This record gives sequence, structure tokens and C-alpha cells, in this order.
Amino acid sequence: MDPVFFIIFRRMRQPLLTLLVTYAIAILGLTLIPGQDADGNTWYMSFFHAFYFVSYMATTIGFGEIPYEFSNGQRLWVTFTVYATVVVWIYAIGTLLSLVQNKTFQQAVTEKRFARKIRVLNEPFFLVCGYGVTGSELVRSLIEHKQHAVVIDIDQHRINDLELDALIEAVPGLCADAQPPVHLIQAGLQHELCAGVVAVTNYNEANLKIAITAKMLNPDLQVICRADSHDIEANMASFGTDYIIDPFDTFGARLSTALQAPCMYLLHQWLTGMADQRLNEPVYPPVEGRWVICGYGRFGKAIYNRLQKEEIEIVVVEMTPEITGKPDTAFVQGRGTEAATLIEAGIHSAAGLVAGTDDDANNLSIIATAKEINPDLFTIARKNHNDNEALFDALSCNMVMTPSSIIANKIRALLVVPMLYEFLEMAYFKDDDWACEQVSRISGAISDVVPDIWEVTIDETNAYAVTEMMLRGHEVQLADIQRDRYDPDKPLNAVALLYKGKEGKTLLPSADLVLEEGDRLLFCGQVGIHRSMEWNLQNVNVLEFLVTGTIATQSKLLRLFLK
Amino acid sequence: MNPEKVIFGFFIVLAATLNFGFYVGDISNPDHHPVYELFFVVVVNLIATILKFGDRTQMGALLLATSLVAVLQLCAASLFWGYVVFISETGMTGAAMASIVSLSGGALMANIISVVLLVIETVMLRR
Repeated sequence: MDPVFFIIFRRMRQPLLTLLVTYAIAILGLTLIPGQDADGNTWYMSFFHAFYFVSYMATTIGFGEIPYEFSNGQRLWVTFTVYATVVVWIYAIGTLLSLVQNKTFQQAVTEKRFARKIRVLNEPFFLVCGYGVTGSELVRSLIEHKQHAVVIDIDQHRINDLELDALIEAVPGLCADAQPPVHLIQAGLQHELCAGVVAVTNYNEANLKIAITAKMLNPDLQVICRADSHDIEANMASFGTDYIIDPFDTFGARLSTALQAPCMYLLHQWLTGMADQRLNEPVYPPVEGRWVICGYGRFGKAIYNRLQKEEIEIVVVEMTPEITGKPDTAFVQGRGTEAATLIEAGIHSAAGLVAGTDDDANNLSIIATAKEINPDLFTIARKNHNDNEALFDALSCNMVMTPSSIIANKIRALLVVPMLYEFLEMAYFKDDDWACEQVSRISGAISDVVPDIWEVTIDETNAYAVTEMMLRGHEVQLADIQRDRYDPDKPLNAVALLYKGKEGKTLLPSADLVLEEGDRLLFCGQVGIHRSMEWNLQNVNVLEFLVTGTIATQSKLLRLFLK
Repeated sequence: MNPEKVIFGFFIVLAATLNFGFYVGDISNPDHHPVYELFFVVVVNLIATILKFGDRTQMGALLLATSLVAVLQLCAASLFWGYVVFISETGMTGAAMASIVSLSGGALMANIISVVLLVIETVMLRR
């Protein structure tokens, strides 16, 4: 038991003892003082009546003098005791109630309840530390993809948000600092069904501590962490953290993809986008011409390195080079928010501009000023706080770097649909023409929001109809499960992205692929198509119709008649 | 000397001695078992129980358990007394007195265990 329970009990001693002793004295006095009954005989109150009388006197209910009218001696005693017992009663009850409302006590009770919820979990779950923008996005998509999550956050408001967010399934949430191992253990770090830990708090140090704790206490666990600095990253890696996500480097990598292969970038954005997000327009960052980078911090450096690899001419604008260091290329000292600095950096003839300081107001100002001078600039803005989204939207930058969504998208690809990550890794070895082809295929299948992504495993639970048809000796092709059940000649609005079978992985499997038990497939398609496909996978009649073109009569009696 | 321990020991022993005082005498003779004595036995036992709240040790838990048993038995005895005198039509009888005293005898057992435990704890205490 938590020590706080003992402390609460110990503190209850004083009020309880006071209450008990006052009651005892009041009761004893009443039994000792003589009274008179209805006939004028001397009468002593019994303990039974005395206890009854004191009980309602102390609580100020006051039923009157019973069983007989009191003598003056009794009344004198009651006058004393009524004050004593009422005061003591209020004191004792007040103290007891305040003890029960004690913050530490309440916290201990909450933790106990939470621990019970975790103990009874019977399906694999992910432990998400930090329920900010990234964490809430991630939890939502996990739940929507029939996975489970447990949340820890240091801020009670965020835990309240978790309760209020209309998730399909109740997600246990604990308001606690995730750094001490005890809280992680409470949240199920050592639970046998814990599938992984995701550390996406706002604090680098906290994420590092979580990564270390998780790997030390449960080495088999998959650990995914957010890290904003290279020191922390190296430290996390040394503890075997499986995936370390640095929003700046990740954005840098995306930018070089966009520079080299715009379609590949678009494909990636579409497939990893959060549900209901509108489709991004393609971006074509200029490869020729000078780029101006304002702010040479973590973000500026990540972009700088990527651009340098592309052999692009760069000018860096930085206010405090003594802190951030100076690049090897052209350099202008200044904030970049004033026209003079930007002109000195050659904004007139520049092709691209990166506003990458850690202050949103400055970034907005840099972009606005630069666009006034050179409206054709390709602009990239760093957004530090999500609250400023409307401002960045109004400025219509070509690319906006939002750390939270970059991290959420990447973790989603890793955890929620693991095959998507494999697909993306394989896709990077293809050229941009291939990616353009896929983008046009996918855009043919979807409307104006990002596609739904789902995995299908061919086995009895997930695709009963397919296994049943195989048992009956039919061949089921990939095309069969991708047909509209109302109109078999029409394909469903879904694209098969990846096939994993006994022979290995195939990108974009062909329609005549024959399915076997144990195969796994990754699809993307219009939102809602997943459900239509479930019919084909699970309902034998539907699939039989799609495969053979006829509907077999199920009822034996009907079959007899129709012979 | 720890004053807290003095009070603690005092009430535990007093609970046992008062209980014994009520218990001795002819079991079915109401004159041998005054109601005031039972009242003090109940009050002192309740005090002893409250004093045992919030002790984390194994011994503390056991002491609390014995006290709870004693209080339970004594409350049963008092309620039975009230029932016999005020609710049932019979008034106090020898048989009723005998059951009240035997209930308090059960409480006495628990109180003796309590005292024995207290002595054991003290003996085990090494300087």
C-alpha cells in the first residue's frame, strides 16, 4: 500500500479520539444525572437513550427531550455538552473530509485505480508519454486502427483532454511525470503485453530519460523517441532506442526528397498524412539559384546541410553567430526581419528563402518582408507553436515545417501501419517517374482528402471468405478482392501498394496475383473503401460471386428444388 | 522513554483489565456485571483501536486486527443488552446476561492477545 494511506489513517487518530472522548463524557453524564418520569419518580437515563440523544444532539438534528422531559440538572449538562459535541463534531468531520480531499491521497487513489486498469489490459498496447499535439494525433490513429494505447502526461489539462476527446475506446491516462521509472512501471512498462514506448514529450531530457528507462527495464520493447538535438540523439542511440525522430533532420530529408523527386515527396506526404487532412499540392523547390537561410540554429543547419549536398548556393543570415557558429559559405549578420539585411543577402536575385528562427513572429516577419521585395521566392517557414497555424496559413508559404505533425506522421507510419514504413523504404529506391505514376494512380482512386491506409492479412480471422474459397479449391486473385460487390466489373477505389508472401515482398503487386494463406497486403484508397473490402474478405457468398460469377444456393431445400 | 508508547501501552492494558473486570463474576447474575463497566470497556477499546490506526508494520496490523475483533464483540454485547432491556418484552434475564458476558469473554480473549503481542514487541526491541 502507498505510504500516504498510512499517513491519512495516522492523522485520523486525533479527530476520531476527540470525537470519541467527547461523546463518551456526554453519554456518561446523561446516565448519571437523575431525571423524573411522567409519574414524578426519579429516573436515570439508560445508555441506550443517552447514546441516541447525544447522536442527534451532536449532529444538531435535535429531536427534543426524550423519553421524558428533562430535569433542570439534565438540562444544565446538555447545555454544556451541546456546545462541546457540536464543535467537536464539526472539527472531526471537517478534518476527516479534508484528509480525504488531500492532494497526495487523491493522487495515490488515482494511481491505484490506473494501475488496476493497466493490469487488466489483455491486448497489446503502446505506452505514449506526452499527450500534446503529437501524442493526441498518434493515440487517435492507433485507436482508429484497432490498436490500444496508454497515456502519461505531466499536465492534468491534457489528461482531461484525453477524457474529453471522443475516442472509440477508453484510453487509460495518468497525470504524472514520466521520468521516474515508477510511473512508467505503473503505466505498464513491464506488462507482458506492452508492445512499445513512444516518448514525445516537449522536453528532450524527459524523452531521453524515458528511452533509457524503457530499454533498461524491458530491453525487448520497441522504443520510439523524439529528439531535438544531436547530443541527445547519440545518447538515446547508445541505449538501443529503436527509432529516434529529430523533426529538423526529418524535415531536411523531406526537403531533399522534394528537391530531387517532387513526386516522391508528394507520395510520401499523401500516404503519411493524418486522417481527413486535405491533399497537399505538389511543391517544386528551385534547384537552381541562391537560397537565403535566416536562422542558423538546429533547423537552419539541417536545411543548410541538405542544400549543400545538392550543391546549391547558400547565404546564411544569423543574428548571433557567436552562439550558433558560422557556416563556411556566404554570411550576413542580422535578424532577417528588416529589409536591409535581406537585401544584403541578395534577396532580389534569390530563388528560395528559409525562415528558420525559433521565434514565430520573426519567421512571419522575415517571409512577409522578403515577399514584398521578391514575390517569386520559394518560401519555407518554421512553425514553432501550433497556435500560430492560422498566421502561417494566411502567409501562404510553399512549405511549412511543423515539428508535431512531422513526428506524428513518422511514428504513425512506424507503429500504426508497419507495412507502410516498409513500402516507403522500398519506394525510395525507385525514381521520380515511378513515384509520379503512383501519385496519379492514387489520385485516381481518392477524392480530395488523404487516402486511408490499411493492412490485410489472409487468414481465417481476417479473411474468412478467402480461406474458405481456397478450401473449396478455388483460386482467389488479388483482383477478386478489389472488386465492387454490386458491380464485379468495377474495381474498388483502392490501390494495392505492397505484398508480403512466402517468396518475399513485392511493390505494387499485379492484379492476377494468386493469394495464399499467410499473405499480407497493404492497401490505400478512398476513405470507407476498407469496409467494402471487408465484405469481399469475410463473406463467402460475396466472394464466391466475385470469383465464379454465380451465386451458389446455400439452402439444401432450395438446391433440391432448383435441380 | 517515548510518551506516545506510554499512552499506547496504557490503553491496551486498560482495555484488557476493564474487560476482565466486567467478565468476572457469576455469568448469569446481572448484579455482577454493571452496565457502567461495559460502557467503559467499549470506550477504552475504541480508543485503543483508534490509537492503532496507521501503523505500517506487521505487528501493527495484527494489533489492529485484535482490537477490531474486541470492538466487534463488545458492540454485539452492547446492542444485545439494549435489545433485551428495551425492545424485547422479557427484560434482563439470566440467560441474556450469560450471552452478554460470554460475548465480552470473547473480547477479553482478543484483548489478551493484544497485550501478549505488545509484550512480544517490547521484548524483541533491542537497543
